[in-house]
Amino acid sequence: MLRVALKGLAGRKLRAVLTALAIILGVAMISGTYVLTDGINSAFTSIFTQTYQNADAVISAKTAFTNDQGNQVQAPGFSQSLLGKVQTLPDVNAAAGSVTDDQTQLVGRDNKVISGGGGGSLALSVNPTGDQRFNPLKLTSGTWPSGPHEIAISSNVASSKGYKVGDTIGVARNGPVQQFKIAGLVELPGVSIGGATLSVFDLPTLQKLLGRQGELDIIRVQSKAGVPTSKLISEIKPILPHGTQVRNVAAQVKEDKKSASSFTSFIRYVLLAFAGIALFVGSFVIANTLSITIAQRTREFATLRTLGATRRQVLTSVIVEALVIGLFASVAGLFLGLGIAKLLNSIFSLVGFDLPTAGTVFETRTVIVCLVVGTVITLIASLRPALRATRVPPIAAVREGAELPRGRFARWAPWASGVTLLLGVLLLGYGVLGHHLPTSTRLLSLGVGILLLFFGVAANAQRLVKPLASVLGWPATRIGGTAGVLARDNTMRNPKRTASTASALMIGLALVTFVAILGQGIRSSFESAVDQLFIADYALTSSNTFTPLTIQAEKAIARAPGVTVVSGIRAGSAKVFGSVENLTGADPNLTKVIHLDWKEGSNAVPAELGQTGAFVDDKYAKSNDLHVGSPLDIETPTAKVLHLKVDGVFKLPKGGSPFGPVTISNALFDKNYVDPQNEMAFVNIEGGVTPANTAALNKATAGFPDAKVQTHSEFKSNFEKPLNAIISLLYVLLALSIIVSLFGIVNTLVLTVFERTREIGMLRAVGMTRRQTRRMIRHESVVTSLIGAALGIIVGFFLAILVTHALSDEGIVFAVPYASIVFFVIAAIIVGLLAAIWPARRAAKLNVLEALQYE
Amino acid sequence: MAVREQPQGDVVVPAHAAVEARGLTRVYGEGTTAVEALRGVDIDVQSGELVAVMGPSGSGKSTLMHILAGLDKPTAGTVMIAGNEITRLDDSQLTKLRRQHIGFVFQFFNLLPMLDTEENVTLPLSISGEKVDKAWLDELLTKMGLENRRDHRPAQLSGGQQQRVAIARSLVTKPTILFADEPTGNLDSKTGGEILDLVRSSTDTYGQTTVMVTHEARAAAIADRILFLEDGLIVKELRGASQGEVLTVMSSLH
Repeated sequence: MLRVALKGLAGRKLRAVLTALAIILGVAMISGTYVLTDGINSAFTSIFTQTYQNADAVISAKTAFTNDQGNQVQAPGFSQSLLGKVQTLPDVNAAAGSVTDDQTQLVGRDNKVISGGGGGSLALSVNPTGDQRFNPLKLTSGTWPSGPHEIAISSNVASSKGYKVGDTIGVARNGPVQQFKIAGLVELPGVSIGGATLSVFDLPTLQKLLGRQGELDIIRVQSKAGVPTSKLISEIKPILPHGTQVRNVAAQVKEDKKSASSFTSFIRYVLLAFAGIALFVGSFVIANTLSITIAQRTREFATLRTLGATRRQVLTSVIVEALVIGLFASVAGLFLGLGIAKLLNSIFSLVGFDLPTAGTVFETRTVIVCLVVGTVITLIASLRPALRATRVPPIAAVREGAELPRGRFARWAPWASGVTLLLGVLLLGYGVLGHHLPTSTRLLSLGVGILLLFFGVAANAQRLVKPLASVLGWPATRIGGTAGVLARDNTMRNPKRTASTASALMIGLALVTFVAILGQGIRSSFESAVDQLFIADYALTSSNTFTPLTIQAEKAIARAPGVTVVSGIRAGSAKVFGSVENLTGADPNLTKVIHLDWKEGSNAVPAELGQTGAFVDDKYAKSNDLHVGSPLDIETPTAKVLHLKVDGVFKLPKGGSPFGPVTISNALFDKNYVDPQNEMAFVNIEGGVTPANTAALNKATAGFPDAKVQTHSEFKSNFEKPLNAIISLLYVLLALSIIVSLFGIVNTLVLTVFERTREIGMLRAVGMTRRQTRRMIRHESVVTSLIGAALGIIVGFFLAILVTHALSDEGIVFAVPYASIVFFVIAAIIVGLLAAIWPARRAAKLNVLEALQYE
Repeated sequence: MAVREQPQGDVVVPAHAAVEARGLTRVYGEGTTAVEALRGVDIDVQSGELVAVMGPSGSGKSTLMHILAGLDKPTAGTVMIAGNEITRLDDSQLTKLRRQHIGFVFQFFNLLPMLDTEENVTLPLSISGEKVDKAWLDELLTKMGLENRRDHRPAQLSGGQQQRVAIARSLVTKPTILFADEPTGNLDSKTGGEILDLVRSSTDTYGQTTVMVTHEARAAAIADRILFLEDGLIVKELRGASQGEVLTVMSSLH
């Protein structure tokens, strides 16, 4: 019987491949995700390890805490004098100090910042003379920079922007752009750093550029031969000044990797979630395809039974087929994933995340997960059709069109599907609305709830097919003529099959609808918050809006003619009530540019903050029981504690505000934070927003290529850019699931064309042309997709309403992007048209005579 | 005449009556729309006999065969095959019975399209896990004229050749009884004739008990006994009749 199963597969290769396609894409996504994130992790490990080559111990500055975003917390440097002391230690063979920075931007010939693309704008110092044992970089041309006017840049910048040794390039950090001569081009061997830009200077030059003369960030120490690192470290410890620490290289690399690996973990889980969705859709497609093929093989199964095959043998044979398909699909997907990894990397770069990669990392874990997941999902999806195959009675071998007897539990099927749907809705509600529950319970409830919801809708969808098809198929009857009418009737002929095919598309469309509505909700509430708060004429931010901007730019813009108010908002982190929060700084003129509604206090508050005051938002005040007069202690990254008093509580608008939970005065901020920066600054100018004023402000900030002057509406659209980019990314990831469901439609059409061979032959014999035949199949396909779209959009709305309601106090409103919804409907129609291309051709190519004689 | 092995296992084989049916009734539907396909049929088929069941459409002949072969259950009545009361057996017992005692030839051949001739013929053996007796297989294939078609798939065979494969398949397990459902129904008259010759010679050479349902007089004429059905009852029986005699009876029935 095994041979029968395998030979059966080999004889129906096309069908097997069509079935397998459903799983290949999902598995490829898993494989690609692992390959990509493993590559990124490997790159980071290489980078961090190479950074400390030849060193045994690393001395660095301590921060009291770290913010998850990493670059928000700037560690203060330590005195250069420590280097001399370390070098004289008995077991030290060599030691070298350097400074580093992650906001040193290169400025191109057009006076625009060369973006670091998510990888950052990094600067390192090197010693141009002396040995380069600690220097992880390699020169690809030229020499190490020496002196106050020389720089070396990473070769990726050189090739993408057309620079070579001897050219000049601008550098911006904390002040106007300075020009440097390119002495050499560097790279980190074996690693592609993605889009990150690297600037290399000699130590005094970089120290001056950063305004940190006499300071170091890192000392690398190499021990004498034979000295264990622990001994070295114990020698170093006693001479360390307060605020510094020493680690062995392994521990240092581990520390450095923390934020990088949490980022890649996050990406990995998100991508795997989308792979999971694609596989979920794939399982629907497999179940549907197998159901159809098994119905078509009724006579074959019945014959086997008459020859003495037991029901178990039939079950085993179908399951073996599914197993082989699953295995084959998993292997194919595994290798396709290598291509997907590259594709994902390109997509991420397009969205602005050009991350470092280090070759292709193909781990055993990737292979195992792909094979197991792909095969298991295929098996599970095949169970129901396989069981149905066992119910074929032997008499079906002689009787044409014998009805498959219903299973033992068939009577309860309508109840079961209703209960599934209800349970899904309940679990969703529970997860979404249960604020008091732990997050893991809520997520589990949500996850299972969504699955059950989809299953429930799919199971009940057959009841909706007839009404939906008659409505959605109406255009087909109008524009398709007879072919259109036949097409619509064909979709209604077997509601179960149509529903099953449409359900696969439903899942993808429900999710894109959900994302679209949520995105619009976030946008709307953000826009209304900006409308409420932003009363200034212009805003000043960095060019990519989210990174902070040097306060020198604020000072420069204040000198523009006609400026009446410039108010900057500082950004940093502090530890308050035991957790790390965003801390912002406000200027006395704040209320002239930002409109705040005060719960306690008044517009006089920002000017009165002084050295001891702070204001908080009302949400934070509520959860920490703060009122005007309450004491508030905050810990800065230098571990200094500031004892403050709450002077005011403002009402936080739904869509957010530029402020963190706690805001202090800029004066106090600048005193306690290394290298204070603005997250944004606001400007009022005589005459308001005019082209002349815009030009004047741009001129004033010309020396800061990273600075961007925006009006109220430009500010809104610039902030929304990343949100839109993320939503587009989500659409692309969901498109994978939609493509899988497209294959599902192709499968169903190909199989039903095959099934209706005689019927199509008859239609052609009585005069239907090939073109009409193709049209009929096309319309059938489009009506099926539209049914899937209708179901999906309704489910998507439902999910969005649920989640918006739950997150309403987090600041999301319910807003419908009608244009997007229309776009989705059009996309569904296109999916239908694409899916029909091949089956329509097959149907039209049928030889009439052979078709009529087909058994 | 080749010696027929006695099958082992939990089934007893009495000496003579291969099939014994009493009071077979089959009603479809209920109440006023009920259809009585069989209305009380008794049949005995002796071991080594070739029996033809004839009748116009609607006479119940197919229904009768389905019930005798265990594909369908009668509304009332009993069927004994090789001493087993098959109407009381459950699905897995019936399946076991099929392996040892029942062979089938279908009107539409019912070959598995992806298996070649040899695989199709030995399919019942691979299903039951029995070993193939190479000598017996070779003999069957030669007798059916298929020695040169061993590795051909059904798509590469003509209708007649496919039916020969089907007959060989039905004989390979040496079943107690072979049921043939309109074996020539899908063949032209010349090929049909060849098939009928093979059916007759299986009975002669191997003593294969055979029940054949047909509406062709020529097919019925090869049988040892012909049962005529009309409206669910056996109305006439002929022994050793010629084609002409069969036709006469058939016309008298309409």
